[in-house]
Amino acid sequence: MFNLDYLSISKNKDLKNVVPLVFLVAAIILHLALPNKQVFKAKSIYLTLLLLFLAAYTVILILSHRNTKIREVLTGNSPLLALFVFLFSLWDTVTLKLFLLPLPYFPAPDRVLNIFLTDWRTLGISVFHSMRLLILGYLIGASLGFVAGILLGWWKSCRYWVMPFIRIIGPVPAVTWIPIAMVVFPTSFMGSVFIIALAVWFPVTIMTFSGISSVRNSYFEVASTLGANEPFLILRVAIPAAFPSIFIGLWQATSASFISLIVAEMMGVKAGLGWYITWATSWAEYAKVYAVLIIIAIIFSNLIKLLFKLRDKVLIWQKGLIKW
Amino acid sequence: MVGYASTDGSSSLTSGVIDIVGIDRRFSSQEETEIHALHDINLKIKGGEFITLIGPSGCGKSTLLRLIAGLDQPDSGHISLDGDVIKGPSYLRGLVFQDPTLFPWLTVQKNISVGLVARKILKGNEGEVDALISMIGLEGFKNAFPHQLSGGMAQRVALARALINKPRVLLLDEPLGALDAFTRMHMQDEILSIWKSRRTTMIMVTHDVDEAIYLSDRVVVMSPRPGKIQEIIDIPMGRPRPRNHPDFFRLRSRILETLHFAESDYTDLTYNL
Ligand SMILES: Nc1ncnc2c1ncn2[C@@H]1O[C@H](COP(=O)(O)OP(=O)(O)OP(=O)(O)O)[C@@H](O)[C@H]1O
Ligand SMILES: [Mg+2]
Repeated sequence: MFNLDYLSISKNKDLKNVVPLVFLVAAIILHLALPNKQVFKAKSIYLTLLLLFLAAYTVILILSHRNTKIREVLTGNSPLLALFVFLFSLWDTVTLKLFLLPLPYFPAPDRVLNIFLTDWRTLGISVFHSMRLLILGYLIGASLGFVAGILLGWWKSCRYWVMPFIRIIGPVPAVTWIPIAMVVFPTSFMGSVFIIALAVWFPVTIMTFSGISSVRNSYFEVASTLGANEPFLILRVAIPAAFPSIFIGLWQATSASFISLIVAEMMGVKAGLGWYITWATSWAEYAKVYAVLIIIAIIFSNLIKLLFKLRDKVLIWQKGLIKW
Repeated sequence: MVGYASTDGSSSLTSGVIDIVGIDRRFSSQEETEIHALHDINLKIKGGEFITLIGPSGCGKSTLLRLIAGLDQPDSGHISLDGDVIKGPSYLRGLVFQDPTLFPWLTVQKNISVGLVARKILKGNEGEVDALISMIGLEGFKNAFPHQLSGGMAQRVALARALINKPRVLLLDEPLGALDAFTRMHMQDEILSIWKSRRTTMIMVTHDVDEAIYLSDRVVVMSPRPGKIQEIIDIPMGRPRPRNHPDFFRLRSRILETLHFAESDYTDLTYNL
């Protein structure tokens, strides 16, 4: 009985891995069989991609029969993969094939994919501008927030004088300052760096401060009976002990920085992904908007992944970490 | 009391002498009542002596230890180490709590090195760290993080960490309190061998009467409200001390009587075992 059950499960697993393949073939047949209701004259990248994907997946599926590791990875991801293929096919069907959604707001996947081919230069420059702004703003904000958090966490008098201002200014969304920042700073680039830095500064300050001030007192006591002086207590005890909390601040800061970046570019800077969105919208080129959305999603999710990788390096000593 | 091989302890050292003179310590709580944690504590501890503090909860044992460590200041009186009045914490007075309080972000090896790093003398002394790691038998766990250690292992690391600075005095606040009975007895022997080889003055808080008798030269019995020294009991046994020796029993009942846990009119009771 048990053995049979086990067999059926393992067969199910093999079957599960074939499902994406079936979906891919179905998507391709659907794309070829149904006539277009929308007019579309460019090359069909959509079909090319599906075919490439089909070929790649077939190879992986064959390899997975030999390699258990590949099989496990595949079994874990095949349902999701199938869902993605299904959603893409659905998108293709309701737009290009059936024209159920109005243009220009809902372009076919092929139109969006074509943007990457035709407009890659502008997109590339926009990515470069956005990343420069984001990284500069994030680094400045995070460093200042880190220092401020330590000062607040360690010195009572600092907390007394500065905390009220943080309580009042902190909750105001950084982007609210855009109109002022654009006037006060000589260039809109600097204004935007300031806005992003401000957005990052607040969560990093608060979480560093709360991390430092909630370090167990016995750590400091033990360290001071081991000969530690104040710099040692701050640098070698308080900061490492507070790092889990500091990381949460850095993480919250990423989403704050993403919001500020896009809004700042939409409102002030004449470059970058946010600007590209407003610009494409003003020409009603929604395919471009979707293309940028895809780029933004890929970049931002990878930046967060990078941050978590970094954390795993620094926090190997902590158990039970949240996975990303 | 005859027949013990005197292996240690009789001659006192010139370093590690603690002099506690007229200590008073009060804590004012938010409520109207003030807690008189310690009242008129006077105690002279010889260099290299092993002292245990015993007494009911709240009688000020930890407070006294923290005062000696320099983590707290008395309201009146003073404590000196080798003639110098204690004004703050120093590496000369090592401290181990019941909770090992290892730095969770540092490996075993780095936890033990902290004292050297803090005093900026790690360079050239790495050998001492390794020697301590092998002394506590954790060579295989050098690069382990504290959360990977058992309670006994973690407490050994805490001991090694306090010893790295070769303190003159080691202050132990119920260091074995959280360990099981077997680990505990094993650790008592480890503490004794550390004490013998290093000749450090030991001041240890414990709730275990047997532990106090097994380890110390003198047992300081304290009583609460206000916390004061009730009696100091000499343990004139040589070492090792067989835990089932009649003198051991005698000393135990003496201490239990002092703590009011043994009533003399039970002597008629027989159990016919
Ligand atoms: N920082 C403090 N603030 C206020 N009261 C304190 C403080 N430290 C100790 N006390 C009080 O002083 C008294 C003695 O405390 P202490 O911790 O020294 O007792 P103890 O003998 O170590 O007890 P236990 O055996 O439970 O560890 C207690 O009543 C305690 O509440
Ligand atoms: Mg205590």
